[in-house]
Amino acid sequence: MSTTNILEARNIVKFFHDPVTMPVLKSINFSIQKGDFVSVTGKSGCGKSTLLYILSTMDTDYEGDLIIDGESMKNRKEVELARVRNEKIGFVFQFHYLLNEFSVLKNVMLPGLKMGKYSDKEVEHRAMEKLKILGIADEALKKPNQLSGGQKQRVAIARAMINDPIIIMGDEPTGNLDKKNSLIVFDVFKELAHNYQQSLLIVTHDPDFAKSTDRIIEMEDGRII
Amino acid sequence: MTKSRLIYTIAAYLLKARWRQTLVAAVGVTFGITMFITLLSFMSGLNDMLDGLILNRTPHIKLYNEIKASEIQPVDKSSDYQSGYNFIQSVKPSLSKLELHNSGAIMSALKSDSRVVGFAPKITAQVFYNVGAIDLTGVINGIDVEAENKLFFFKDYVTKGNYYDLKNIPNSIILGKGAADKMLANIGDVIQVTTARGDRMQLKVVGYFQSGLADLDKVQSYASIATTQKLLAKPNSYITDIQIKLKDIDMAPPVAREFARLFDADAEDIQTANSQFETGSSVRTTISYAVGVTLLIVAGFGIYNILNMMIYEKMDSIAILKATGFSGKDVKKIFVSIALSIGIFGGLLGLGFGFLLSATIDAIPFNTASLPTIKTYPINYNPQFYLVGIIFSLVTTYLAGLFPARKASKIDPVVIIRGK
Ligand SMILES: Nc1ncnc2c1ncn2[C@@H]1O[C@H](COP(=O)(O)OP(=O)(O)O)[C@@H](O)[C@H]1O
Ligand SMILES: [Mg+2]
Repeated sequence: MSTTNILEARNIVKFFHDPVTMPVLKSINFSIQKGDFVSVTGKSGCGKSTLLYILSTMDTDYEGDLIIDGESMKNRKEVELARVRNEKIGFVFQFHYLLNEFSVLKNVMLPGLKMGKYSDKEVEHRAMEKLKILGIADEALKKPNQLSGGQKQRVAIARAMINDPIIIMGDEPTGNLDKKNSLIVFDVFKELAHNYQQSLLIVTHDPDFAKSTDRIIEMEDGRII
Repeated sequence: MTKSRLIYTIAAYLLKARWRQTLVAAVGVTFGITMFITLLSFMSGLNDMLDGLILNRTPHIKLYNEIKASEIQPVDKSSDYQSGYNFIQSVKPSLSKLELHNSGAIMSALKSDSRVVGFAPKITAQVFYNVGAIDLTGVINGIDVEAENKLFFFKDYVTKGNYYDLKNIPNSIILGKGAADKMLANIGDVIQVTTARGDRMQLKVVGYFQSGLADLDKVQSYASIATTQKLLAKPNSYITDIQIKLKDIDMAPPVAREFARLFDADAEDIQTANSQFETGSSVRTTISYAVGVTLLIVAGFGIYNILNMMIYEKMDSIAILKATGFSGKDVKKIFVSIALSIGIFGGLLGLGFGFLLSATIDAIPFNTASLPTIKTYPINYNPQFYLVGIIFSLVTTYLAGLFPARKASKIDPVVIIRGK
């Protein structure tokens, strides 16, 4: 076992009890090293989202162990897990989840302000840097509902990057986008992986994108194959 | 940015997004606090006025001599009847005097007592006012005009004529307004009174007196001590009552007991004499609080509703805040601050409107024959009401916000995100 593991799933098992008790994840074991660019594929309903919610510490109802940055996430308090999510994990969902009351810039800044490591000015500067990397710096002062779908998703990626997380997870981040915008978002991920050595774990249905990653984790019926 | 400022910023943005409903909720609080302040100020003003009617006219302690049967009867003194308990029926008081014994010594003792603000000697004389062939029962209070004015604001209640004439003009009387009306006596007229012993005397009317208690004004009149002594054919040491005002009204009962023992006289304290007025005051105050609290509870439900609605609408925002590292506690704080800012804003506005409404009521003329010193509706601008008002509004809005905020803090982001 390498010491550079940033994320490790040990025997993760998950049941859903509604309407009947059934196993959704059956003994998931794998690890991700710093700088890894990993994709997760598999049929719809095989448990990819479920796994990602567990890996992101949002879902705590599972058996087995999850190690992030060398620390077990089992039996941690809600506040502690919130801090782990804030400082170490960036998440991009299928839907952008931007707050329409705030500007694009403020949306990106919020997790940074929450972390409280940098001053307001620094957080703002860092947010602008992320927006520049994603090519949407010009939209910084707009409200999210004034942007296109692709632009919104890039804002969501910038928000995931703001605290320089050790890993960014994406659950079908292009699922709501057309072909052209999907390609732009995929290119963004590739650029992050190759130019910035950002570790990435992306659930996708796109075989071409999956092939372009360093590693493909394929799932079937709650197992990795 | 500090942690709490970030929370407030987010709260402020959520408020802005729903400012119309927020305003309605705040108006509810404003209305509640306005009514609370106004009611309390008005009720309390009324209390003060009614208490003033009594308190201004009532000594804290009254020293007098009550006519009553002796506690020690002759049989008790006989050594033959000490073994059993003696039942004696139909005991009558002996011919004892109403006069307060040794009044001169009592007054000089009171003068040097540091607890006593002042005292006013008095003589009560039962008389009949002779009106043609009819005799009306009445009471003439022989007073020391200056002391009476200093302690009981005698001047304020003399609605016509000059109160000081009582002292300057010999054989003068200030008639109760009701008594004067019955006798058709104008100022300057001479009336005739008969004492209980049958002595008659002519007295010149120099003013009318109006206490605010109509029944009292039909009976009571005032004359100087000297005039009353002359009327009763008593020496100039004759005094029946000494009215005492203390520095601390709450000390009246123990001091009264002490004086009763010391001066060998009866002493009645104001609390015993007027206990029913305290009851009236506290009932009015309780009503004001009950109405204010009811209105605030209604406003509280308004806030509860708007917050619930806000949380329902902002599920996504709450989910993403939690997904990006805001804890349940942070989310709770956001919604509690929303509730509290509605409370502070609505509450402060309510204090302002409450003051304005009280001031308006204060300006409305209120003339009643029985209350000669009152010209407008009474208002008590006690700052304590405003303090209680703002505390109330904060507590209700906090409680109203607490439950929705708790609900928001428990939202599971996975459930929301899966639902998309
Ligand atoms: N809250 C839930 N209660 C019961 N079953 C669920 C719940 N959420 C998901 N499932 C089931 O778990 C399985 C895995 O779901 P999911 O992880 O969303 O799959 P994927 O993301 O791979 O499409 C599916 O069969 C789904 O129906
Ligand atoms: Mg899924």
